[in-house]
Amino acid sequence: MRFWHASLLAAISSVMTAGSALAIDVKAAVLRIDYPTLLPISRYDLPPADLGFAGAALADEDNGTTGGFLGHTYETTTVAVSPEEADAAMAQILADGIKLVVILSRTEDLLRLTDQAAAAGALVFNARAADNALRDDACRGNLLHTAPSHGMMADAVAQFAVWKKWTDWFLISGSNPQDIALAEAYRKAARKFGAEIVEERSFEDTGGSRRTDSGHVLVQRQLPAFTQEAEEHDVVIAADETDYFARYLSYHLWTPRPVMGSGGLVPTTFHGAHEAYGATQYQTRFEELTGRYAKPEDYNVWLALRVVGEAVTRANTAAPDGVRDYAISDEFELAAFKGQKVTFRNWNGQLRQPVLLYDGTITVSVSPQDGFLHQTSPLDTMGLDRPESSCTAFE
Amino acid sequence: MKSFLLSTALIALIAAPAYAGKAFISNERGNTITVLNTETWEVETEFFAGNRPRGITASPDGKVIYVCASDDNLVRVFDAKTYEELPSLPSGPDPELFILEPSGKRLYIANEDDNLVTVTDTETRTILAEVPVGVEPEGMGMSPDAKFVVNTSETTNMAHFISTEDYKIKHNILVDQRPRYAHYTADGKRLFVTSEIGGTVTVMDIAEDGAPTVVGKISFEVAGVQPEWLQPVGARVTSDGKRLFVALGPANRVAVVDAQSLEVLDYILVGQRVWQLDFTPDEQFLLTTNGNSNDITVIDVAKEKAIKSVQVGQQPWGVVTIE
Repeated sequence: MRFWHASLLAAISSVMTAGSALAIDVKAAVLRIDYPTLLPISRYDLPPADLGFAGAALADEDNGTTGGFLGHTYETTTVAVSPEEADAAMAQILADGIKLVVILSRTEDLLRLTDQAAAAGALVFNARAADNALRDDACRGNLLHTAPSHGMMADAVAQFAVWKKWTDWFLISGSNPQDIALAEAYRKAARKFGAEIVEERSFEDTGGSRRTDSGHVLVQRQLPAFTQEAEEHDVVIAADETDYFARYLSYHLWTPRPVMGSGGLVPTTFHGAHEAYGATQYQTRFEELTGRYAKPEDYNVWLALRVVGEAVTRANTAAPDGVRDYAISDEFELAAFKGQKVTFRNWNGQLRQPVLLYDGTITVSVSPQDGFLHQTSPLDTMGLDRPESSCTAFE
Repeated sequence: MKSFLLSTALIALIAAPAYAGKAFISNERGNTITVLNTETWEVETEFFAGNRPRGITASPDGKVIYVCASDDNLVRVFDAKTYEELPSLPSGPDPELFILEPSGKRLYIANEDDNLVTVTDTETRTILAEVPVGVEPEGMGMSPDAKFVVNTSETTNMAHFISTEDYKIKHNILVDQRPRYAHYTADGKRLFVTSEIGGTVTVMDIAEDGAPTVVGKISFEVAGVQPEWLQPVGARVTSDGKRLFVALGPANRVAVVDAQSLEVLDYILVGQRVWQLDFTPDEQFLLTTNGNSNDITVIDVAKEKAIKSVQVGQQPWGVVTIE
């Protein structure tokens, strides 16, 4: 059936392209590493089996519809592996002749796999890792990021806080390295936008389950005690990349204050209730195809493959270098349901894009906020700006 | 008492100007249509128009108003005089924008969610055809000779030229990101396609047989307004083909363009998030729907100046005028 479908498409393509652009059959892959982790605090955050892959399915449909008019076909292979299997899986993808790979993994694995891809001349899209270093001294010339960085997320929160005049912050961070890295992004954001961290505490990760039956009883007694006698503050900023305490903070503070960051009002690239800027159409297409709501990873993968689609449609190339060069050129622009075009920073390969502030049910606001200006683009008020990034791989 | 009421009603009827024009404005959030008198600029009434009314148009004789009730998945129909609801038309899912052919018979509807253009017969109220187009069809334009309907697809970023004879796509033209609207000049020789996120208007010359050739692109620049917010959506061109007006969304301006040289001549400040436009039938005024300030702006076309703004319902989306 699948073969029949493909040959039918090919037949249509050859008719459509007679005398025009060359037919291109675009092959890409999504490689996802599934790490052994504890379950998330909220059942709503349980990762679906097709996390990220569903975004690829939608991208193939969207690109394929456009490609139908131009003689282009799109086929994306999806692979989910354990960390130990990742290198072999990448080797297989490259051996199959696929040179456009979207990766959902943590920083160290991403870097190793990206270098493996570079040796085969392949281009990688980072659809998950938020580490600032990947956009800084650890950047790679064959690595583009559709996932926003910690810096972009923290700056999005900071701008909203400053816009609200909530400039005195109580920063509560987790004790794991990724939490500490995120906390540093919030410290930097505070300095950048004129907020002050008046109190800072670390919430120790002692391990164990995140959820237990009636666990809220204990949480309700512990957190007020943990947060009492803090300096006078406007807002609590939580840095909990691990996801073990921040979701519990709202309503359990000693001093009643809003929570932002990893709990309360959370910065995200996309969520299933986002409707502004025509996003409802994305959501309904996604839900009809996959039977569930879109997650940020799905959106990041969709974005990466839409970047490929734009390069094929407008620059007639699916070659890794061709896609990369087009993506970071001035010609590239993409409509991404965020109210303005998204483009790449040509100094570190990061997609500049608005960040949604999400309370768990709706889009509360969208950063950059009014009044935060920049000589290139207001979007460059979030994340590493050109003078701050020590990335040289794109020069 | 009864006779008093009756006589008041009679006086009201006599006093009403016989040929006062009307504008019908669809309010996306309010689920209503606001009726505006285009001589006095007074709001006459506001009535329920279905769920999430967006695209709006009138029959050629001005007797019937059609509105895309997007969340009802149908086209609602109203009597332009009594505002009574008439039988609805099938539209396919999530209709956003449509265009009626000059005879008033066939309505071409963009179905955003299904990558389709639905052709509906307004007399028999049946669907005649479904034409597969690009992802997220929205803008609909029609050549004055009614031979082509042009649909723009917001994620595919193309203008699809559909023959009204066999409902087949004859030409596809790639334009900039998120094309929202397509509009022909009255002589049918030129077509303008606005790209909201791309920030441009693609200009095509149209050959005798309807074939398009891209001849230019219009960009916009307003001091003190970030380029990201210059988002072209609705467009109208004067019947002499001299002036093009383009609604620029969150830039809160309507651009005035020389439709021949494609030079942008001026920007008229209007209400917030301006999306759709329509001339009054005599082309003396241009009305703009301003979704974030809940009003419409009235522009004097000859003077190219905004002369008035009128509060309408919640989040006005589309506008159509009749004599």
